Amino acid sequence: MTVVHEEPTAGADVPTRRIRVTVNGVTKTVELEPRVLLVHLLRQALGLTGTHMGCDTTNCGACTVLVDGRPTKSCTMLAVQADGHEVRTVEGMSTPSELHPLQEGFKEEHGLQCGFCTPGMLMSAKALLENNPDPTEDEIRWALSGNLCRCTGYQNIVKAVQWAAHKMRGEQA
Amino acid sequence: MSDTLEGTAHGNGSAYGSQPRKEDARFVRGLGTFVDDLALPGMLHGAVLRSPLAHAKVVSVDASAALAHPKVKAVITGETLAQRGMAWMPTPSHDTQAVLATDKVRFQGQEVAFVVAEDRYAARDALELIDVEYEPLPAVVDARQALSPDAPVVRDDRPGQENNHIFDWESGDAQRVAEVFAEADVVVEQDMLYPRVHPAPLETCGIVADMDPVSERLTVWSTAQAPHTHRSLYAQLTGIPEHRIRVIAKDIGGGFGNKVGVYPGYVCAIVASMITGCPVKWIEDRSENLMSTAFARDYHMRGEIAARADGTILGLRVRVLADHGAFNATAQPSRFPAGFFGVFTGSYDLQAAHCAVTGVYTNKAPGGVAYSCSFRITEAVYLVERMVDLLAGELDMDPAELRMRNLLRPEQFPYDTATGWRYDSGDYPRALAKALELAKYDDLRAEQAARRERGELMGIGLSFFTEAVGAGPRKYMDMFGFGMADGAELRIHPSGTAVVRLSCMSQGQGHETTFAQLVAQELGIGVDAVDVVQGDTDHTPFGVGTYGSRSIAVSGAAVVTVARQVRERARLIAAAMLEVSPDDLEWGDGRWFVRGDEELGYTLAEIARVAHSSFEPPEGVDAHLNAVTVYNPPNLTFPFGAYLCVVDVDPDTGQVKVRRFVAVDDCGVRINPMIVDGQIHRGLADGIGMALMEQIAFDADGNHLGGSFMDYLLPTALECPSWELGQTVTPSPHHPVGAKGIGEAATVGSPAAVVNAVMDALRPYGVRHADMPLTPAAVWRAIQGRPLRSDVAIT
Repeated sequence: MTVVHEEPTAGADVPTRRIRVTVNGVTKTVELEPRVLLVHLLRQALGLTGTHMGCDTTNCGACTVLVDGRPTKSCTMLAVQADGHEVRTVEGMSTPSELHPLQEGFKEEHGLQCGFCTPGMLMSAKALLENNPDPTEDEIRWALSGNLCRCTGYQNIVKAVQWAAHKMRGEQA
Repeated sequence: MSDTLEGTAHGNGSAYGSQPRKEDARFVRGLGTFVDDLALPGMLHGAVLRSPLAHAKVVSVDASAALAHPKVKAVITGETLAQRGMAWMPTPSHDTQAVLATDKVRFQGQEVAFVVAEDRYAARDALELIDVEYEPLPAVVDARQALSPDAPVVRDDRPGQENNHIFDWESGDAQRVAEVFAEADVVVEQDMLYPRVHPAPLETCGIVADMDPVSERLTVWSTAQAPHTHRSLYAQLTGIPEHRIRVIAKDIGGGFGNKVGVYPGYVCAIVASMITGCPVKWIEDRSENLMSTAFARDYHMRGEIAARADGTILGLRVRVLADHGAFNATAQPSRFPAGFFGVFTGSYDLQAAHCAVTGVYTNKAPGGVAYSCSFRITEAVYLVERMVDLLAGELDMDPAELRMRNLLRPEQFPYDTATGWRYDSGDYPRALAKALELAKYDDLRAEQAARRERGELMGIGLSFFTEAVGAGPRKYMDMFGFGMADGAELRIHPSGTAVVRLSCMSQGQGHETTFAQLVAQELGIGVDAVDVVQGDTDHTPFGVGTYGSRSIAVSGAAVVTVARQVRERARLIAAAMLEVSPDDLEWGDGRWFVRGDEELGYTLAEIARVAHSSFEPPEGVDAHLNAVTVYNPPNLTFPFGAYLCVVDVDPDTGQVKVRRFVAVDDCGVRINPMIVDGQIHRGLADGIGMALMEQIAFDADGNHLGGSFMDYLLPTALECPSWELGQTVTPSPHHPVGAKGIGEAATVGSPAAVVNAVMDALRPYGVRHADMPLTPAAVWRAIQGRPLRSDVAIT
């Protein structure tokens, strides 16, 4: 267990709360202000900067992480709500040497350009494939419709997810 | 992979071709370094207080309560900046822009004060503690009213400015156009608006500024498409000399023209770091990005097209009213106030053409050139492609046939347009024929006829466009006074691997991969043996950055040139090694070898090792393999494309569904076709977005109505079809490897195809034109015979 002592983010008179959250399999104890968003806990306190912020109205999905396996926009969840829960981020998808099939698929099919939406896309796609190992194109597009991308026009992202689905089912990509 | 490593020759294979990107390894792991990922010791956080009003006198700014906040370190106001001579900054259009308002605010969302605090939450808290007293003024919202005598003057700060007029600019021969129009059998006229939209990169604009008070060096990490010009502007503003300013653009989460200019938030963060002695981070949120950073388009256009009864197009006449917002910060070559709108003659052989553009101030955010416009070519292409379609309707001709009849022929290149542009190369009929074939055009028309019988609304829209990218010849084109040439620097290491330094800066376009391919191809080394450095002004040669699809056209040419210089030096050293005349050497398979005796020769890696050894180079030849160059392009490159869009429209709801999109692009030689296709996909999605969904609108008081993704709608995976791409290859004759820019082509070409398709679908209702965005409401109103005025929300 790692204990992280984040500097308090509130003024002296603002109460903080201590939470325990499991991120990518490691349980962390963090003390923070109740208003801190989960995305900021991940990015600032834990240094997991793969999760991004692309908007302020919960539309873009760049901040998507898995909370207890469900794709969740971490800009629209308070960090204290993650107390006792399990969070997975893009950093937990692979080891330094081995990529998740989705990460491979995004490379192989050119499913990313600037890379800013990619972590959120990967997490949404991961949740999709865990529930539906053989999705149709329409199902993929629907599952990713909460994730905006400005670079790819989506088509290669769809192909990347199909590539990964093939591979995860043990078929030839 | 190992066979491409470590400077080994790639044999007969080409380094060009589709291959996965070097960039992806870090991005798919969440290990990119975007500006907000930076955390420096002692770093403070800035937040901008913005004007709630579009036009108002600033009576007073009281920051005392904010300063009393325990976590606030400083509050910067217009007055703070004025004391340092930094309340205003220059723009690329020879105008000025307020950094923080001193006299009055001129658009909603304008920067008024800047808070510096220990964390971003506290900084936002403190914004609410600043008390600003405003005296509201009537706002100029409708550009068409901006020049009326009773319109309030937006820019009363400018000496001698008594109205809202910015510039008049014209191109072509008005007299000749009048003659041609007099001879025409048919003239079609149409007013159209290219609405204000926003590039909305997924990563907003931001900066970390770090002024080191001891060494008096300023380091800036920021979202900069043009890091070197940013450095020069910061030097001019702060008085810190250029050699003590380092601008670093690490990974950028998309730019799309939004990140070319310098924004007030950047300047405030720099000043904040100077004042506090600490690094200061400022990251804007989405609403700030949409409300205050560079918008795109906002051209009110009147087009007139003249033709003979047989469909021969004779001439075009265009009048444009350009809404530039409150400060003319439009980023284009300074002698081109309407950018390259002069290419509005498009892909056709015209006898005469003329355009006149008037720019006006309004109480809106500055911008204009952004969102993959190639300096206003989006507007130019939209205009001409709508006009050609309207002409086809008037003549009752098939729009594909009308285009085919008037397209420039391959033998006419290089072609001088009626407005003075020299198109480099093109085979337009071939590209159009290919698109029609891919789409099975005749079948589509037959299907459409059958559906119309059944009362269904199906539309087929075409767009044939010519782009003009790769600005540009220094003699004519500059940004902020800097000639638009690009440097490149190449060093070969002793083992034969290479590092190439670019003056341009990728924001996702794959430069790290493509530019390595260019070097690898020239030197016969592996793509993985070439590292690309970009975006750091201390470590890259000077250049004006990445926008206007200029990277491959200018920086790419620079990189090829510098690689050839290195190859030439390698030849001289190889000749000395082999004790033969350099004239006896031939290059092939990544080696210099003796002509007639292929066994006798050396690879670049072998030559590099010797070049770094105690071997004495020939007289007059520098040891080591490296070179620096500046490439001054002789002309732009002119890629082109034929697009075809098929839509279905629900007559009851006005909902448009894009069923198919066929895109045939020709950008000359493709270095990495996979990356080229990805660029095209992006631009096609832009076309769907702009044509159907996106708009920045204002109400009569100047309130911004598209200030978040709740209102500013971007296409998702559901609105985009599976793109159907085709290609032809017509190399640019003046580019060293025949490549043309491509990045913006699809954004430029696609909106007209979508709008033409929707208008084609609505033909049974006699609808001639409706302005973008063709939302369900707009289409429904057009069907009712009441087209929407889309620029101002209340009509």
